[in-house]
Amino acid sequence: MAEGALLDAAMIETIMLTLKLATVTTVVLLLVGTPLAWWLARSRGLWKDVVATVVALPIVLPPTVLGFYLLIAMGPDSPLTALLGRKLSFTFEGLVVGSVVYSLPFVVNPIRNAFEAMGPRPMEVAATLRASPLDAFFTVALPLALPGLFTGAILGFAHTVGEFGVVLMIGGGIPGVTKVLSVTIFDYVETLQWAKAHILAGGMLAMSFVVILAMMLAERRLKKARR
Amino acid sequence: MIEASFRGRLGSFDLDVGFAVPGRGITALFGPSGCGKTTVLRAVAGLMRLPGGQLCVNGAQWQAGRRFVPPHRRAIGYVFQEASLFPHLSVEANLRFGLRRARCAPRIGMDDVVALLGIAPLFDRPAEMLSGGERQRVAIGRALLSQPDLLLMDEPLSALDRFSKDDILPYLERLHAALSIPVLYVSHDIAEVERLADTLVLMQAGRVRAAGPIADLLADPALPLIHLPEPAAVIDGKVIASDPQYGLCDVNVPGGVVVVPGDLGPPGTRCRLRIPASDVSLGRHVPLDTTILNALPARIEGAETTRDHQMTVRLRLGADGEGAALLARVSRKSWDRLGLHQGEQVVARLKAVALAESGPPSGPVPDPAENRRG
Repeated sequence: MAEGALLDAAMIETIMLTLKLATVTTVVLLLVGTPLAWWLARSRGLWKDVVATVVALPIVLPPTVLGFYLLIAMGPDSPLTALLGRKLSFTFEGLVVGSVVYSLPFVVNPIRNAFEAMGPRPMEVAATLRASPLDAFFTVALPLALPGLFTGAILGFAHTVGEFGVVLMIGGGIPGVTKVLSVTIFDYVETLQWAKAHILAGGMLAMSFVVILAMMLAERRLKKARR
Repeated sequence: MIEASFRGRLGSFDLDVGFAVPGRGITALFGPSGCGKTTVLRAVAGLMRLPGGQLCVNGAQWQAGRRFVPPHRRAIGYVFQEASLFPHLSVEANLRFGLRRARCAPRIGMDDVVALLGIAPLFDRPAEMLSGGERQRVAIGRALLSQPDLLLMDEPLSALDRFSKDDILPYLERLHAALSIPVLYVSHDIAEVERLADTLVLMQAGRVRAAGPIADLLADPALPLIHLPEPAAVIDGKVIASDPQYGLCDVNVPGGVVVVPGDLGPPGTRCRLRIPASDVSLGRHVPLDTTILNALPARIEGAETTRDHQMTVRLRLGADGEGAALLARVSRKSWDRLGLHQGEQVVARLKAVALAESGPPSGPVPDPAENRRG
């Protein structure tokens, strides 16, 4: 095939690793981010604002700062390492943890907005129809927040694919373990392999365009279906 | 029996309400906007927790001291001001939401609700495609299917236009007649209350001003209802005979028999009459040559002067003055000219008797204007 000529084994390996990282990260983000978004949307008081600020930090922090602290937290001498019995830095699992922290605001914010836009009424209605809070969360709140969940998942996925600084700091570039697309492109450029850098960079540009366009179209359709 | 007492802060004033009303029929919480009616209803539902509140509904203690049953464990149905159907579910799935989760064997089935509310044609439509009135009917059905022991309705008609209101009212009346579930009904519209309520809880600025049977409260000189621009009496009666040739019915009410236009159904049918005070005039004798059909003996209980030189006269029907309460609005001049006074036996002439409740909703909803006749 033409692609076989276009991509060599190392490129395919890095692409697959990136997709795997983004997929696992997105799943974890949805599992962690949805309850967090629910709590942020429903609770009041200082704690909510403190937590919301912490969640938003990765938006403004330089990825190197975030990566630096994550590296220390996952390094050989950290309490986390002692707790787990092994270090997470320079492993795939470590990359997942770093990516989750880094992409958290991009997932939590759209979901939280969707929960807030819903207002308190649907949950009240569900309660008066004998649905327990947990039941109502799954049968009413989640379906109503589906467009927000969808946006959050896409943003989390795309943002993880696109990260560079954090990955480099905590994962380095071990082929097949932590060497993701952005790091590979950086390597190609450093070693003056312009053609290969072009192929991967162009591919990512095209993919990002398609993802964002598809997301906007899908979101519009979802919202229309709700009218 | 529904016994409630709640205390709490409510915007600019304190809420301090307590009432005990019968555990059957429709009880209206009536008062001006912002007097705390909705807060009380939400507290009864458990959607709002007012510490120190007490609530006992037909023997079930839902709140007392530390005890607070969460809303999903209370056997209530709640109809909100806006229908609040779940937009992600079809009409049918909305209806089944509460039915599936009911904690007892269904007493009210899907077929009953569909027939009662006329919602069969709406089944496959998405909730968002319904009109306001249709949506509210589905919301009422959804609440009923959750098998409530108490139905709470928070101004269910106030978000609707006149047309949709007239569309829904007959269904509410039918509900009232067909089901034995007690209803707490919040409203600031006296016309709705006169039409539907058996018991009235009159609220004012966070307090209960009075509570009791609606007919008594409407005619109570100490309460503001009698001073409304168009005071009226409501009288519950039973059809005893019909005269299809003239399109009239005889309705037995406490203290007399009233002739009412329209076909109200076979003898034994219950109905509610609304008699505006301005349609009642007073005399000493039964008039002989008049087009007025209804001239009933009554006794004057008292009279209040209104601002515009009119008198609102409180009457009780019957020769002994023990029957239903009636109001008459007469000019002060006529009052003085006839020399009327409290305790006197008079003849009340009813220019118009309108049904407060319209007929069953299967047919066209009768226009109240057509029910007026002398």
